Amino acid sequence: MTQVSTAPVKNGVNTEALIGARGAFAEAPAAAQFTFKSTCDWIEGTYNRNTIGGYFGLGQTHARKRTFSIESDHPEVFAAADRAPAPPEIVLSALASCLTGGVAAVAQHRGVQLRSVRATVEGDIDVQGILGMDPDIRNGFSAIRVSFEIDADASADDINAIVAQSQKRSAVFDILTNPTNVAVTVA
Amino acid sequence: MKRIDTLIIGAGQAGLAMSYCLQQRSVPHVLLERGEVGNSWRTERWDSLRLLTPNWQNRLPGHARAGSDPNGFMDMTGVVDFLDSYAARIAAPVETQTRVLSVSRGGDGYRVATDKGDWTCRNLVLASGACNRPSIPAYAEELPGHITQLSPLEYRNPSKLPEGGVLVVGASASGVQIASEIRAAGREVVLATGQHIRMPRHYRGRDIQWWMDRSGILSTTTAEVDDIARARAVPSLQIFGDASKQFLDLNALQKNGIELVGRLAAIRGDEALFSGGLANAAMLSDLKMNRALTSFDAWAAEAGIAGLPSPERFAPTRIPASPKLRLDLAKGKISTILWATGFQPDFSWLHLPVFDRKGRLAHQDGIVAPGLYVLGLPFLRRRKSSLIDGVGDDAAALADHLVQSTRCNAA
Repeated sequence: MTQVSTAPVKNGVNTEALIGARGAFAEAPAAAQFTFKSTCDWIEGTYNRNTIGGYFGLGQTHARKRTFSIESDHPEVFAAADRAPAPPEIVLSALASCLTGGVAAVAQHRGVQLRSVRATVEGDIDVQGILGMDPDIRNGFSAIRVSFEIDADASADDINAIVAQSQKRSAVFDILTNPTNVAVTVA
Repeated sequence: MKRIDTLIIGAGQAGLAMSYCLQQRSVPHVLLERGEVGNSWRTERWDSLRLLTPNWQNRLPGHARAGSDPNGFMDMTGVVDFLDSYAARIAAPVETQTRVLSVSRGGDGYRVATDKGDWTCRNLVLASGACNRPSIPAYAEELPGHITQLSPLEYRNPSKLPEGGVLVVGASASGVQIASEIRAAGREVVLATGQHIRMPRHYRGRDIQWWMDRSGILSTTTAEVDDIARARAVPSLQIFGDASKQFLDLNALQKNGIELVGRLAAIRGDEALFSGGLANAAMLSDLKMNRALTSFDAWAAEAGIAGLPSPERFAPTRIPASPKLRLDLAKGKISTILWATGFQPDFSWLHLPVFDRKGRLAHQDGIVAPGLYVLGLPFLRRRKSSLIDGVGDDAAALADHLVQSTRCNAA
């Protein structure tokens, strides 16, 4: 594994702080219980907007530095106005973001300087599922492929190991590859 | 109430090695054994099991012999004979058929209640084994009632299983060996595979255990690893105690007709749901194997080992393009689920505040509390601690500590 480098590695990830957090959470596991949150308002048609402004963690609620928004719509082929990405595209981008962030963090921890990282994500959907045409076809992706192009000071095996470790520790990879109980209620 | 300086709970390789080390140090002691010497090997192992370590490696303190062929692998009869002869040679004071019911503080040490009467002792050594209970996920309770569930502790051979297909959960040594022989008996077998460690039986003409032993990997101490909790949870290698079987990896299992799926993630209704992360589990395992082989090559070059064939690398693990994500357990294809999901020790009789928040025995290199020691757990003091070959060094070190502490307290 690559550990040796002359110049300090700067991928912009504060791994010392993350390792410190591991120690703190080992002492106080209750503080590690987080709840993330997004609020979605309908605008028109399939167009809607999520706002993300706070979360719960370390035993209390926190406000984000600003309120973020993620809009969603559908392409024109689905008779929509195409004002924003479709929800499945946002899921793919969430996976790409999670794995890419993970690559940066793992590379930092392993002393590997990154020069460029690009993840291209594709998901296959047979839309006969969501159109209710065939009960044997699922609504969601039948397969997802992620392809990384990485330029870094490391061997091919070390880069593969960083990508593999990023998957191993990724929240969104876990969410997509394992079942999750989802409770939907109406207030 | 009987009194003795030191009690050892368990007369397997760990308890016997400690008995030898205490004799060497003139410490009066008795071993309490729920059954006979080597009871777990005798009663909780499947028929075809052989040790993963070659005979030359099964060294116990004060005892040189292990099997006639140094490169052979002992079956369970051989292991039991080996431990019986060791117990006889060192004249270990074993009280057999004596089950410990509870351990509490008492007098100047511990009070041990058994079904053959009570004892007090100044020092107590827990040597009751690392694999007393299978670690079975909680969702096993949600399985349909017609599915037979068993762990490697109860499994004996394929003919004892009900008719039908078998879902083996877990792909470490137990899982791959049992899946392989059930498949060879003509059954349909699905193997749910999470984190696992692929390794060849031989590398560059030497047994893999030779590499791990000689290169020093097995002697790694707890202080030499970053994360001891993780090191203690590493699954066993995908190998078998047979020199003719080079690989018992996912490629070999698929070639024999075993269907691979991802880690069993949940039971929902009548369906088993599997993780979609199998490809990454296989990739992590290939990378880990190659790192180990690279470290062996580096060690051999540095140590100047002569006469070794050239380094080699093995074909990557092949994973099906679209492994099954769900399996219907109601349709009758699968009759049995075999939980090869690991084991844990049973300290349910240990009524002392010595457990961490996850219920694991807390210890520092085998020292649990004043006068209380444990032996034989994974990576207790060194990576080889749970091997027959590793328990002797640990027993000697803890026996030294026991003698020194007793002297200090007496002074």
